Amino acid sequence: MDETRTKSGTQVETTVLGADEIILNMGPQHPSTHGVLRVKLKLDGERVAGSECIIGYLHRGVEKIAEHRSYQQFAPYVDRMDYVAAVSNGLGYCEAVEKLLGAEAPPRARVVRTILTELQRIASHLVWLGTHALDIGALTPLFYCFREREEILKIYEKYCGARLTTHAFRIGGLQYETYDGFEAEVERFCNDFSQRIDEYETLLTENRIWLGRTKGVGVLSAADAIALGVSGPVLRASGVKWDIRKAAPYAAYDQYKFEIPTGPNGDTYDRYMVRMEEMRQSRLICLQAIENIPSGPIMARIGKVLKPPPGEVYHAIEAPKGELGYYIVSDGTTQPYRVRVRPPSFVNLQAFDQMARGSLVADVVAIIGTIDIVLGEVDR
Amino acid sequence: MFGITFNDIRPYIFPVIYALVIVAFLPLLVGYITLAERKIMAHMQARLGPMRVGPHGLLQPIADAVKLLLKEDITPKNADALMFWLAPLLSVTMGLVAYAALPFGPAFQIADLDVGLLFILAVSSLGIYGIVLGGWASNSHYSLLGALRSAAQLVSYETAAGLALVSGLLLGGSLSMKTLVETQDQMGVWFVFLAPFSFFIYMVASIAETNRAPFDLPEAESELVAGYMTEYSGFRWSLYFLAEYANMIVVSGIAVTLFLGGWMRPLAAVHMRVFGLPYDLLDLLPALIFLGLAAWCTKLALRLGQQIQKLVMFLVVGLFVVLAGVMAWSLTSPALMPGIHGGFWFVVKILLYLYGFLWFRFTFPRYRFDQLMKLGWQFLIPLALVNLVMIGIGLVLVQQSGWPLGITMIGANIVTLLMALWLVRHGDKVMTAPRTAEDDLPVAGAGQIR
Repeated sequence: MDETRTKSGTQVETTVLGADEIILNMGPQHPSTHGVLRVKLKLDGERVAGSECIIGYLHRGVEKIAEHRSYQQFAPYVDRMDYVAAVSNGLGYCEAVEKLLGAEAPPRARVVRTILTELQRIASHLVWLGTHALDIGALTPLFYCFREREEILKIYEKYCGARLTTHAFRIGGLQYETYDGFEAEVERFCNDFSQRIDEYETLLTENRIWLGRTKGVGVLSAADAIALGVSGPVLRASGVKWDIRKAAPYAAYDQYKFEIPTGPNGDTYDRYMVRMEEMRQSRLICLQAIENIPSGPIMARIGKVLKPPPGEVYHAIEAPKGELGYYIVSDGTTQPYRVRVRPPSFVNLQAFDQMARGSLVADVVAIIGTIDIVLGEVDR
Repeated sequence: MFGITFNDIRPYIFPVIYALVIVAFLPLLVGYITLAERKIMAHMQARLGPMRVGPHGLLQPIADAVKLLLKEDITPKNADALMFWLAPLLSVTMGLVAYAALPFGPAFQIADLDVGLLFILAVSSLGIYGIVLGGWASNSHYSLLGALRSAAQLVSYETAAGLALVSGLLLGGSLSMKTLVETQDQMGVWFVFLAPFSFFIYMVASIAETNRAPFDLPEAESELVAGYMTEYSGFRWSLYFLAEYANMIVVSGIAVTLFLGGWMRPLAAVHMRVFGLPYDLLDLLPALIFLGLAAWCTKLALRLGQQIQKLVMFLVVGLFVVLAGVMAWSLTSPALMPGIHGGFWFVVKILLYLYGFLWFRFTFPRYRFDQLMKLGWQFLIPLALVNLVMIGIGLVLVQQSGWPLGITMIGANIVTLLMALWLVRHGDKVMTAPRTAEDDLPVAGAGQIR
């Protein structure tokens, strides 16, 4: 064993075989950094000795824009943060402003919101599953996932005319009544979907290569996860049973029965299993919700010009990727004084170095995939 | 003139023609294999694949080739220009040279070397120099990592592949590709049935050797962008690409020759002569296959909307009909029939083998580097060794004690199967070295990088 010792600050560094380390820049233009994440990797051979995430390539100043728009005008902007789950973003913002106004959406609106948001969770997880599998080298699941996501996007398109950045909700409720056959279409999708998940699982869950690539990779202990502020499926896979839908129910979640899946080990495989199970649970929530959509108005009486009383509010929802919080400060005018977004991707990305250190280059892409980041949300 | 008579050059005429045919048709074949790959992948993934350039994308490979030739050829600023230029040439040359000993038919072979198999193995492993040099000369981290992975991978899997081939050689008793096929013809059985494990090991190893998924780590798109090819563009990139597919065909050719009966017709021992016809009924298969393809293309053509697309599709139909005619006509000529039909079956078997390659690629996730090495050294190589010894013992028993070949081989393979099962269950425990102090050394740079 050849020992080369170099001083770096106060730390004595010894590399196996005494070889030099190389710095590898992954991104911002790289096939599997899910957009424009740049990861600076310090490599000892293929082993990751250290990493640093460099973000901001997609910064658009969304929070600053909010200060120059009225409350309603800002709503479409939030869709552009986590563009894979635009509906969930919209729900969080609308509910936060409603809380600030002291208003509440009517029951019918709340149930429809729940259905659309759960469909969005499925769609978001499908994008995650497809790209995650693609990163690990399985080409085919991506197309199966996008096939089902397409059905969800069609429902959105019929409901509000848009597919990706939907702006489906309005502050105070909904702009549009559900279209004819909405319930039937959601039900048909949910019924088909249970077999589809089984289909993805036949390709991956018990595949030896998949197991080898995900088990024990990117382990995050429950204590670390909590310390880092991680939320969503990443937190639950580490064994922490925390879901805002249960902990502080919003929309209509208190009316439905569903399980919170957790994982035992906090590795990439557990996160995979947790998200697969979450899709099943979302499907069950949708099925329960369409059983009984209350009739009535879809919009609360809040007036056309929104002037919330001075004050501040923090409202968080369980977005597909974790806790999505909006902190809004009102100075009593038509425009927010300050909007701060707590994006789940940004916070979860902090755990990257913890997960990646000591693993191989191939694991790095698996770990980026398993955190499920959307750079639009990280950089805002 | 110069004292050279026609008789002097006579032995070289056909080899030169064969070589020209191979070099001329190989890029075209590679182009259409990529089209087939994309179409098959598309259909497995519930989509259509190339549909725009020509009917059902039939002209796509030509468009791709034109695009590649017209692309800007970039040499990175800090690259080693000479090596950067040389590396793809080396890869593609070695890929093509290997075709010299590949028997496409009883007559269609450039050179029937006594050490044919050894020659192909030697030459095709030289291609790795092209990859390593290219990765090094690019002066890029991705390329370098890809090249290093490729070198380590080839060395590891060449061993397993070699051991698997040796057991085939024991059965055939020769290194000459031609003799190997003839032996299988005489024995009336393909070696894949006598030594299925050798075939299996060779198949896995050959996928790894050609850097195809799930062993495509040297060019792992999601990790290393494009591995050793990252900095290459245009024509040089296409040379690497050509080399990769040429190598795929070569390893398929080896497998087909050694294990799948080479140019022999499937069921070569079965003869169906009826109605007093001068040929075997099963020999009509090639013509029938082409007629079937023609019928299928006609069906597709009739559904096409645009006249020009219909025209192109009917040209393809015409091509298949002509080929069917050639196949049928050659039955009347005993001199040409073995050559033409042999070539047909050889190519069909290669394509089926390649289909396996593609199928794996669309189904499996990618191995990680340490897992790849583990599979090679801790599973394939021990299994190949046991398999080799068992087949050796079996052959001794057959030849010295007169045991029946079939039953002996079944016994030998059962032992190998048991070994494989044992390795799957316990291999990890037995093969992994106990942890030492060195394993626990901290990885460097525990602090933040900056």
